[in-house]
Amino acid sequence: MNWGVLIPFIALLVIIFIVGIYAAGRLKESTGFLQDYFLGSRELGGFVLAMTMVATYGSASSFIGGPGAAYTMGLGWVLLAMIQVVTGYFVLAVLGKKFAIVARKIHAVTLIDFLKERYKSKWVVLLSAGSIIIFLFASMSAQWVGGGRLIESLTGLSYTSSLFIFALSILIYVTIGGFRAVALTETIQGIIMFIGTLIILIGTIIAGGGVPAIMKELVSENPSLVSPFGHDGSLTPLYLSSFWILVGIGVVGLPQIAVRAMSYRHSKAMHQAMIIGTIVVGFIMLGMHLSGVFARAIIPGVDVPDTVMPLLAMEVLPAWLAGVVLSAPMAAIMSTVNSLLLIVGSSIVKDIYLNYIKPDASDITVKRLSMSVTGLIGILVFLLAINPPDLLIWLNLFAFGGLEAAFIWPVVLGLYWRKGNKYGAISSILVGVGSYILIHTISPEPFGMHSVVLPVLFSLISYIGVSLLVKEKDLEHLRNMDAKFY
Amino acid sequence: MNKSKHSGDSRYKVAKKEAVIGIGLAVFNFLWWFGFAYGLGSKPVKEYTYILGLPSWFFYSCVVGFLVVVMLVIILVKMVFKEVPFDENEGGDSL
Repeated sequence: MNWGVLIPFIALLVIIFIVGIYAAGRLKESTGFLQDYFLGSRELGGFVLAMTMVATYGSASSFIGGPGAAYTMGLGWVLLAMIQVVTGYFVLAVLGKKFAIVARKIHAVTLIDFLKERYKSKWVVLLSAGSIIIFLFASMSAQWVGGGRLIESLTGLSYTSSLFIFALSILIYVTIGGFRAVALTETIQGIIMFIGTLIILIGTIIAGGGVPAIMKELVSENPSLVSPFGHDGSLTPLYLSSFWILVGIGVVGLPQIAVRAMSYRHSKAMHQAMIIGTIVVGFIMLGMHLSGVFARAIIPGVDVPDTVMPLLAMEVLPAWLAGVVLSAPMAAIMSTVNSLLLIVGSSIVKDIYLNYIKPDASDITVKRLSMSVTGLIGILVFLLAINPPDLLIWLNLFAFGGLEAAFIWPVVLGLYWRKGNKYGAISSILVGVGSYILIHTISPEPFGMHSVVLPVLFSLISYIGVSLLVKEKDLEHLRNMDAKFY
Repeated sequence: MNKSKHSGDSRYKVAKKEAVIGIGLAVFNFLWWFGFAYGLGSKPVKEYTYILGLPSWFFYSCVVGFLVVVMLVIILVKMVFKEVPFDENEGGDSL
């Protein structure tokens, strides 16, 4: 056990815990419990909004899996990672003010509230809630495994105890503090991610004797490492470009990201967040993945890609700085998990329980239920993560793609296209998720593109086609919708 | 569509315009990213030129491209995007 590394790491956990508890103490009753617990009363400023979006999006794969892949594949993988710059501005620009204004008019707290008002269909709500619960559960487990493994590798504790520490440090503040605690802790986590990236990038360049020396080393090992095609030439332009759907524009369809686009206070906050978010996400992706490639010149011959970043940090930095750097993936994992926890909780309590089981539940009941459901999900994920599936990135990407295929069109076209209706939305979700699972299992990467591309296309076609073919007959709903949405 | 018949919330017009700008920026971002990466990176590695130690395809596509996009976001947000009120009682940030 290396105390030099551990101290900054433990400090991170403690600070986040304290901030989370502090934020929890500020839960306001004035705007209504649900709105505050699941959306922080729509009071986010620009900086917090940017950080909470970046931190929610940036996950274990940005700090561990991604740089590890870059180590193996070379600069081509950094090229892929840089697609994610687009997420910094795209989600906020496209959902934008319209989403924020509509959400206020209809008092939406979750993405599904929005879909419910827009389509007025029980099936849209149930299908959406189902997809969110299943996919985000899977993605959350993967992140927990990552968190547990990271603590395990740093402390030498057993995996189960590591996981337990991880669970404990997140569950308490998320459960009692809700969105406000999540947004505030994510701001700190985002800052740590940024600083960690800066330190490891500088440390790696210095240790490698400067960028030109590192590049020379890479070229002499395998020239393809510095080409855009990957170490074995497997990264074709079409394959890489297809990731613009998965980790670029498709991110609009991720509920945990989209919900943040209704959480800010005024348009100035959104404007600031677009600038800050683009800078921060671009810098983190560039810095971390580039460090992963550079690591090859400094610590050659690492076989397990996931261990590249920890090994690199220990190699090129003094212990305490390595601790700061390794807090970054921890922060990334925590900030992803806490948002997912809350989203799954809100789907169960707000979207299912309050919509269909007991609409007239009292405030106290809702409060107790929200907290206990959020806590229970956490415990369930913890138990699942003890004996984990070994496919961290795979699970993560699967959940990503599935949600994108399900939601991108019902949300975006629902927002801007008046003729879109519930029939279009239902078929879009079914076709999107169905074809994604099918393609993913039967014939992954059709035509050399990522599996998510065709399902997103299919769901677009079914949304538009079915909306045009089958008209909405509920005229009162159409009038209501027109008044609020257009 | 029949815009004349239904004027609706004027803020939505601003929002729609900005959404289109966002899509336009993403298209530009893609073209820059793709153009420099494969325009300069497709030749044999032996013929690569290097800028600040990085292969020029990477430097222009990923480093300069990132900076250009950030500049464009700043310019668009400051010059084109409009501030619209969200509700009646707007105060300062409390988070």
